[in-house]
Amino acid sequence: MKTTHDILDAFTRILRDLLSDDSIVLTMSTRRDEVPHWDSLAYVSFIVAVEIECGVKFRVADVESFADVGAIVRRTEALLKPRE
Amino acid sequence: MNRQTPRRLRKAQVVFADLNCRVMNWLPAPSDFRGDLRAALQADDGATRLDKLATLAQHRLSFLETIQLDRALSQVSVETSDFSRVRLAVLASSTVDHLAPAIRVAALRRRLLIEVVIGPYGQYRQDLLDATSSVHRFRPEIVLLSLTAREALAGAALTATAADLDAIIHRSIEELRVLWRKARESFEATVIQQTFLNISEPLFGSYDRLVPGAPAQFISRLNDRLAEAAAADAALLLDIERASQRDGLDAWFDVTRWLQAKAEIAPQAAPAYGELTARLVAAQRGLSKKCLVLDLDNTLWGGVVGDDGMEGIVLGEGSALGEAHLAIQRYARQLRERGVILAVCSKNDLATAEATFRGHPEMVLKQSDIAAFVANWDDKATNLRRIAAQLNIGIDSLVFVDDNPAERARVRESLPMVAVPELPADAAQYVRCLADAGYFEAVAFTSDDQQRGEQYAAIASRESLLKSSQSADDFLRGLEMSVTFGPIRAVDFARAAQLIAKTNQFNPTSRRHSLQDVAAFAASEDCLTLQFRLVDRFGDNGLVSVMILRPDANTDVLEIDTWVMSCRVFGRQLELEAMNIAVEAARRRRARAFRADFLATPKNGVVKELYPSLGFARVQEAEPTGVTRWLMPLEDYVTHHTHISRVSEWHENDTRHS
Repeated sequence: MKTTHDILDAFTRILRDLLSDDSIVLTMSTRRDEVPHWDSLAYVSFIVAVEIECGVKFRVADVESFADVGAIVRRTEALLKPRE
Repeated sequence: MNRQTPRRLRKAQVVFADLNCRVMNWLPAPSDFRGDLRAALQADDGATRLDKLATLAQHRLSFLETIQLDRALSQVSVETSDFSRVRLAVLASSTVDHLAPAIRVAALRRRLLIEVVIGPYGQYRQDLLDATSSVHRFRPEIVLLSLTAREALAGAALTATAADLDAIIHRSIEELRVLWRKARESFEATVIQQTFLNISEPLFGSYDRLVPGAPAQFISRLNDRLAEAAAADAALLLDIERASQRDGLDAWFDVTRWLQAKAEIAPQAAPAYGELTARLVAAQRGLSKKCLVLDLDNTLWGGVVGDDGMEGIVLGEGSALGEAHLAIQRYARQLRERGVILAVCSKNDLATAEATFRGHPEMVLKQSDIAAFVANWDDKATNLRRIAAQLNIGIDSLVFVDDNPAERARVRESLPMVAVPELPADAAQYVRCLADAGYFEAVAFTSDDQQRGEQYAAIASRESLLKSSQSADDFLRGLEMSVTFGPIRAVDFARAAQLIAKTNQFNPTSRRHSLQDVAAFAASEDCLTLQFRLVDRFGDNGLVSVMILRPDANTDVLEIDTWVMSCRVFGRQLELEAMNIAVEAARRRRARAFRADFLATPKNGVVKELYPSLGFARVQEAEPTGVTRWLMPLEDYVTHHTHISRVSEWHENDTRHS
């Protein structure tokens, strides 16, 4: 099963690729304004890349309400959990 | 992602990746994207870095990889590169910033550098109409209008009559035409208008098509009228509506992205959007492919004719696989009808290959359809070079279709400028793959295109005359050539503009002019325009050369602004006869001298000695730009003797040229 840690790692890699900045390390509490150049365009690209790479689709309510990276990780985890 | 990826996730990934990349499936997958990207950026000099990035761009890249490649491109200095450059402004009524990286990457795939400027969101009108806007300062060479149908649709009531709706559509289109005109007047820009993406949900169901005011039907009609207006005004269409029908609307439109960011074109469609845009820009610049080179065994037919014999190959009705191979032959034949040159490149005995073309009853392609037929046991890269030389076209204008992955890889390795589609394993998908690749994107369809097949077939007859002739002089005399010439007339505008756009070899300046520019030159009292058609005993070569001369500030000097000639008629003395004719016409207007510029490009070596050989003297040393300037007093000109007789279209009552 994919752990929170795996997802956070994947997110870090995606954002590093997106912004070509290998110094980025995401934590659950990272907020967008703490990462240089993570502007609104890069945020949309990040969400799209996460959807493609992780095979999930966020709801419109999700993309509007993500307060920090942790929120995106938890939502991804929930979407990946096999339905009972 | 990694080894722990759960099965459900892996499955979902495949589905998404598939949706994302399906439209790019003619490109081979990169073997090691990260490694190749790093290697490109670590190369010693700027030119090598750019070369390596261009090679990487020729692979099937994901959404994220496209952005990464674009970022790498922005770190490379392009100042000294010999790639062509274009300034493109994208003016939009929705968010399109996310499309710029993909446009640049798709251009790089064609060794073209597009500088993209995105106009401020929703301000496309002000951008064009206000002379102080940032777009005006940028001076785009191409303006791409990316608009949604929402504005036009807002005025259309469901209950409105067809006539009322037509009036609304008419107003929307007329407004666009004003903007197109403005883009032309302000920047002499080529206009690309995006078709309206039809994202409307069905309202009645199938009955929608019968209700003019149903949103889906309204937009469909809007697109029809848009195409008519584009044809009338020579604007180019970027048909994303057709692309979305082909790929499925979900591949192009994601309602969440619209709600989240007002992006009508989904970010995951960016690579496809960039590809379609770069294709059009490349076509407008004369960089589309010209010749389809076909392998034979397991490409044009199933099986290996050398082993199975003509009776043993799978081709034609009665077999599903045989019909699949017929389909690729039919498609090649259609491409030939629209002006694509066909060639064969096969590892076979020539006699066996030719016998199959002559003797197999199900063959759709005939040997006379093939302008260059090469079947031997040499390696294919060598043979592709031969084909390009024989047809006198650039090797970078070839597309090579072969079912064999090893042959494809070898050709890509030794001839990276040849386009090699990654043909799927299933022969049923060959046509779709070739069509999706869009190698032969066109911005015009002229009568010359329709005759090109015959013209290239005649090349073979001329080659055999050349072989039987004692000397070059004998050969030229034996051709019984005549030139028909005169000013460029309205009927010639499209072909003249096409020749100027597509000619890279016999083109001393590589200047490009749109159809509107050509019309303006032809209408000007001060300019001298000439068009030449060459006929010989094997056929009519069509309109093969265009010359545009404009007065210098010093008005008794005429500057050769543009002189292009089709590579089909190189080595036929037409350049000499054309200069004889131009000098006579200029003397009648009491011009004193011709002036001409020459700018060397990687492709125009054939005209390196053109001006000195015609009697021009160099008047200026190379500028930093590399342009050399040449002058010839007309009184010094000695008429060249040629084997071309003349048929003048100069009219007695044409006072402009008398």
